[in-house]
Amino acid sequence: MKHQQEYRDPELAKLQLQALHQMVSEFDGAMTFMEVCGTHTMAIYQNGIRSLLPDKIRLISGPGCPVCVTPVGYVDHAVALSRRPNTIVATFGDMVRVPGSSSSLLKEQALGATIKIVYSPLDAVKLAEKHPESDIVFLGVGFETTVPTVAGAVLTAAQNQLDNFYVLCSHKTMPGPMAALAGDPELQVDGYLCPAHVSAIIGANAYQPLVDAYKVPCVVTGFEPLDVLQGVLMLAKQVVAGEAQVETQYRRVVKPEGNLKAREILYRVFEPCDSRWRGIGDIPDSGLQLRSEFCRFDAALQLPVDVEDTIERKGCLCGEILKGKIRPTDCPLFCTVCTPEDPVGACMVSSEGTCAAEYKYGGWSIGAGGW
Amino acid sequence: MCLGVPMQVKAIENDMATCEIDGVQREASLMMIEDVKVGDYVLIHAGFAIEKIDEDEAHLTLKALREALDMGLAAE
Repeated sequence: MKHQQEYRDPELAKLQLQALHQMVSEFDGAMTFMEVCGTHTMAIYQNGIRSLLPDKIRLISGPGCPVCVTPVGYVDHAVALSRRPNTIVATFGDMVRVPGSSSSLLKEQALGATIKIVYSPLDAVKLAEKHPESDIVFLGVGFETTVPTVAGAVLTAAQNQLDNFYVLCSHKTMPGPMAALAGDPELQVDGYLCPAHVSAIIGANAYQPLVDAYKVPCVVTGFEPLDVLQGVLMLAKQVVAGEAQVETQYRRVVKPEGNLKAREILYRVFEPCDSRWRGIGDIPDSGLQLRSEFCRFDAALQLPVDVEDTIERKGCLCGEILKGKIRPTDCPLFCTVCTPEDPVGACMVSSEGTCAAEYKYGGWSIGAGGW
Repeated sequence: MCLGVPMQVKAIENDMATCEIDGVQREASLMMIEDVKVGDYVLIHAGFAIEKIDEDEAHLTLKALREALDMGLAAE
């Protein structure tokens, strides 16, 4: 597996850790770094990285799991659409089990709704071609890595003159929430491990305003273990030197300017809008909606349904977890009533949710108790 | 959700590529990248190649890591 295996070498990892321990040994104080992306959270848990770091370095998980930050009301909307006659909901797998106010797509499927898990938004377009008698609703969830692929699907549907393909949009963008968290007086973030593949699209330069405004070091970091360790090392080096700048560890993929062609496709189809983030609230211009010329693909506009009133699950602390303020084990529901088999909050559902990662790799089992 | 898989381009037809990793092949759209040719490594996400992998930069990153390793061994 070229471009993967060589970044998993344990000998090199040992050396990186030695260098890191040495670097911070003289440093007076502690450092808290936030890994923004859910894929980083998984990589950190999967490789046991947290336990290998010096005590002075604390890693906290951030708001970069798209499924986790999607508000409950969106799931309710998808559930309502799935109950329409002749409707197929096409979605990435993680959304199916996320609990809404009173149901989930999985429960609706058991009751007779047609839910199809797809690997690519283009698969949803193919469904629309194959089932002209049905309305296909693709659940548009994800950040800048994914949005161009949805834009590509919309353009393909337009080109093929499909009139039964729709997107229910809840797309979100970086680095808006990172700025919101950097300005949160209750949260001390000394550096960001910036998302790898979001940055492939938006470019490393996109973090410069954040660094300028908050003087917080940012390192765009890849997802393999050696990438993550090197990213942490680069952040620690900046903190020790009292610097704050944008650096790119993941240079084999991320360019300073990002992928201009992907962004052109993205912004041909979508435009910025205000967006609600679970746990963080409304952030101006942190979402993406279909431009008016593509509004015929907008499920929210074209397929009116009654959506139930949102009920947030009592006791669920996903919001605090997404802000990095608490760890999964600080939530009274963790491992007591909230488990991957019967999740209460989205962070326990998504394969890259912080609670799901803690459950899977932290040695927990049902009834073990999380506190 | 932002997972990407580095795959090698094996064939290109129009704007679609057949890509391979470990003997597994997949079709991917090349709509988002330019100047890609057979043999290149690309990052595949949700059925699209979202970026080319820069072999020179990959080589430099690994070289820097290995040099650090060599220095570490020399110091022991």
